[in-house]
Amino acid sequence: MAVCVAVIAKENYPLYIRSIPTENELKFHYMVHTSLDVVDEKISAMGKALVDQRELYLGLLYPTEDYKVYGYVTNSKVKFVMVVDSSNTALRDNEIRSMFRKLHNSYTDVMCNPFYNPGDRIQSRAFDSMVTSMMIQVLSRAPCCRAGEALWA
Amino acid sequence: MEGLTLSDAEQKYYSDLFSYCDIESTKKVAANGRVLELFRAAQLPNDVVLQIMELCGATRLGYFGRSQFYIALKLVAVAQSGFPLRVESINTVKDLPLPRFVASKNEQESRHAASYSSDSENQGSYSGVIPPPPGRGQVKKGSVSHDTVQPRTSADQQEPASPVVSPQQSPPTSPHTWRKHSRHPSGGNSERPLAGPGPFWSPFGEAQSGSSAGDTVWSGHSPPPPQETWVSFADTPPTSTLLTMHPASVQDQTTVRTVASATTANEIRRQSSSYDDPWKITDEQRQYYVNQFKTIQPDLNGFIPGSAAKEFFTKSKLPILELSHIWELSDFDKDGALTLDEFCAAFHLVVARKNGYDLPEKLPESLMPKLIDLEDSADVGDQPGEVGYSGSPAEAPPSKSPSMPSLNQTWPELNQSSEDTAIVHPVPIRMTPSKIHMQEMELKRTGSDHTNPTSPLLVKPSDLSEESKINSSVKFASGNTVADGYSSSDSFTSDPEQIGNNVTHQRSHSGTSPDNTAPPPPPPRPQPSHSRSSSLDMNRTFAVTTGQQQAGVVAHPPAVPPRPQPSQAPGPIVHRPVDADGLITHTSTSPQQIPEQPNFADFSQFEVFAASNVNEEQDDEAEKHPEVLPVEKASDPASSLRVAKTDSKIEEKTAASVPANVSKGTTPLAPPPKPVRRRLKSEDELRPEVDEHTQKTGVLAAVLASQPSIPRSVGKDKKAIQASIRRNKETNTVLARLNSELQQQLKDVLEERISLEVQLEQLRPFSHL
Repeated sequence: MAVCVAVIAKENYPLYIRSIPTENELKFHYMVHTSLDVVDEKISAMGKALVDQRELYLGLLYPTEDYKVYGYVTNSKVKFVMVVDSSNTALRDNEIRSMFRKLHNSYTDVMCNPFYNPGDRIQSRAFDSMVTSMMIQVLSRAPCCRAGEALWA
Repeated sequence: MEGLTLSDAEQKYYSDLFSYCDIESTKKVAANGRVLELFRAAQLPNDVVLQIMELCGATRLGYFGRSQFYIALKLVAVAQSGFPLRVESINTVKDLPLPRFVASKNEQESRHAASYSSDSENQGSYSGVIPPPPGRGQVKKGSVSHDTVQPRTSADQQEPASPVVSPQQSPPTSPHTWRKHSRHPSGGNSERPLAGPGPFWSPFGEAQSGSSAGDTVWSGHSPPPPQETWVSFADTPPTSTLLTMHPASVQDQTTVRTVASATTANEIRRQSSSYDDPWKITDEQRQYYVNQFKTIQPDLNGFIPGSAAKEFFTKSKLPILELSHIWELSDFDKDGALTLDEFCAAFHLVVARKNGYDLPEKLPESLMPKLIDLEDSADVGDQPGEVGYSGSPAEAPPSKSPSMPSLNQTWPELNQSSEDTAIVHPVPIRMTPSKIHMQEMELKRTGSDHTNPTSPLLVKPSDLSEESKINSSVKFASGNTVADGYSSSDSFTSDPEQIGNNVTHQRSHSGTSPDNTAPPPPPPRPQPSHSRSSSLDMNRTFAVTTGQQQAGVVAHPPAVPPRPQPSQAPGPIVHRPVDADGLITHTSTSPQQIPEQPNFADFSQFEVFAASNVNEEQDDEAEKHPEVLPVEKASDPASSLRVAKTDSKIEEKTAASVPANVSKGTTPLAPPPKPVRRRLKSEDELRPEVDEHTQKTGVLAAVLASQPSIPRSVGKDKKAIQASIRRNKETNTVLARLNSELQQQLKDVLEERISLEVQLEQLRPFSHL
């Protein structure tokens, strides 16, 4: 249900970024980039001591008029950022969490691949298909958002 | 033998041939003689002929009975049509043209064939016209759909197979025949014989080229062109196997075909690749894969770790992206390692890819780990497009926890180690780790070495133990971590090259994980502050020698006194503070004993010391054991500290090389304890005296050796503690002596070096002449 999914490496460069309405890609890239600051803020707020207890799911990073941005950080400081359409009110926190969990699992699968060098762009087809499935759900579940966007566009 | 249904024309033809061959009219035809000539005349490659003979049972019986002969003839026709040779194909392949034999001797046959074929034009629905390239499946029958035996006589299946069928289906004919059960959804038209009436088989090649479709058909059958390089990186000639897998008879035409088959073939292949046929692993292939698997992992039930597999498949020179995709497909349980089945699947995919087949999106059913040996998987990718995705996603390993499920194999060890370390972590330094030390040393001696140092700080004594040379010190460097931090690695080796060798040697050791695929050891962490998390580096996993070592490895919180051994975890933990105190007091006393050790507070030296100790231990200990006992004062403080340290250091060091040294136990712990030691022993340990190192090592070794067994619960008993303290002191002195001796050796070596350099300088002008 995301309109944009991004995987950011520890050094804050993107390993994977993909958005659904491809015409607005730059906007999403920008949103993801700015959300990184929020992510860092949330991480540091937890403090070092809590690193073990820190929850991976960061929750809503910041909402904009059209979109909501959710974040998730792994223990290796790889961040997943998801941009969701605001009009998609049916999305609950649990669902977002489950989506992040799926992302994380797929990411670890990518990592397991010995041919993948950490730090490379993620080109795994399995990962792509998983992300696509997540995004497509968005479209299917929230037809209204499409219409809404059309209005705004 | 399956029941053989022959069309009338075939019946006639075959019986004629049989009677032709059956010269003696014995109703049995010997394998040699006319039959052989006949088969040779079929223009099939020898191996195909052999295969035919085998399939029809003649080899079993030793002769060709009538039924065998007929089956053989049918198979000849099958082979000539380009279908894979399978027993079931004799019945399933429809509209097969009559076998064509072209030898002069067989003129009659050919005549017969011609006649028959003309008669049987309608039989098969081959599009009657010879030249119409086989590909023309369109004409053909349409669809056979699958299944098993479709009586040949039902020739009129030729429903105008949809043109679509043709290109796709021609290749699938093989799959169709491959599977016993036909079911081939994909193969609908498999039946379509590749058109071409018998007699005109030879021009088939040209005809083929005439129609690209035909080419594609053929290519569909046979794996893309000459498989000589089936596995480029493999030495064995899988080509033959691969070839036999597909209608070998096609070989002749393959060459022609391949020429023309360029693009269309690719397309066809692409489509056909989605069928099981290309993905089916023949027995020869499987055997080959298994052998390759064995070269990497002798245990067939074991795993090939990811890195080994990566190296192996990288040799195939496929692009990394494709290899990555192949891995994704074949690592079924997503654990980062390949089981035998997964490996075979991956290998098969690599081979297919090298031969030009495109990789499927999903793992073909025939390659799924459990199903590899099945001929038919229920829903083998019928769809023309994709192969069996069916099971794979469903079976995708359950979602893994985010925490690196892939490192399954290593995790358990890691966990163990971490647990051990966790336990040991707080363990106070053991006063008299004698027993434990002994044990550790034993262990180390026996070569449980790799596991020693999980933490970067740990020197890998294991390796050291192997080398009695001083060089081992260099090894620690392998510990990389330690060595780097302490940089004394090269000090003692009398042999510079050795050092170097050792280092490298050691490194490899230290880096090895249980499976030999250890990830590179984490960068050396000079810091003593080994947090728990840092202890989770891979080194640790390898260092699974014993829990003991693990204990040492664990990050020693700065405050924790050096742990004598991990094994002492339970007890020591409790006593650690006690021990620490004891040690401290001990150390305090030590100065008295060792007036000359002024710089106990010298932490930097401590590291050096540690390093040197490590180094020394290895060689010194061996030698110095006996002498260690008479501890010198100097070594004393060191020893006292050392004891604590030693526990760690000793473990490291002892492990390292001392063959007989009991100090092994401490080696693994050596690095970690360092920080700890600092605290406790501030004075002694740091005793940087390099000189003492040698002594110390010796002392340590000796001390350790002398301590028969250090009761774990020593701390509980004051007396015991003191006794252990004493023992440790002794050890210290021994080690200190060792240290000094090593230092001496070092000096000698350096002098030698200097002299050599001087000589070199002198000679240099001459060399230029």
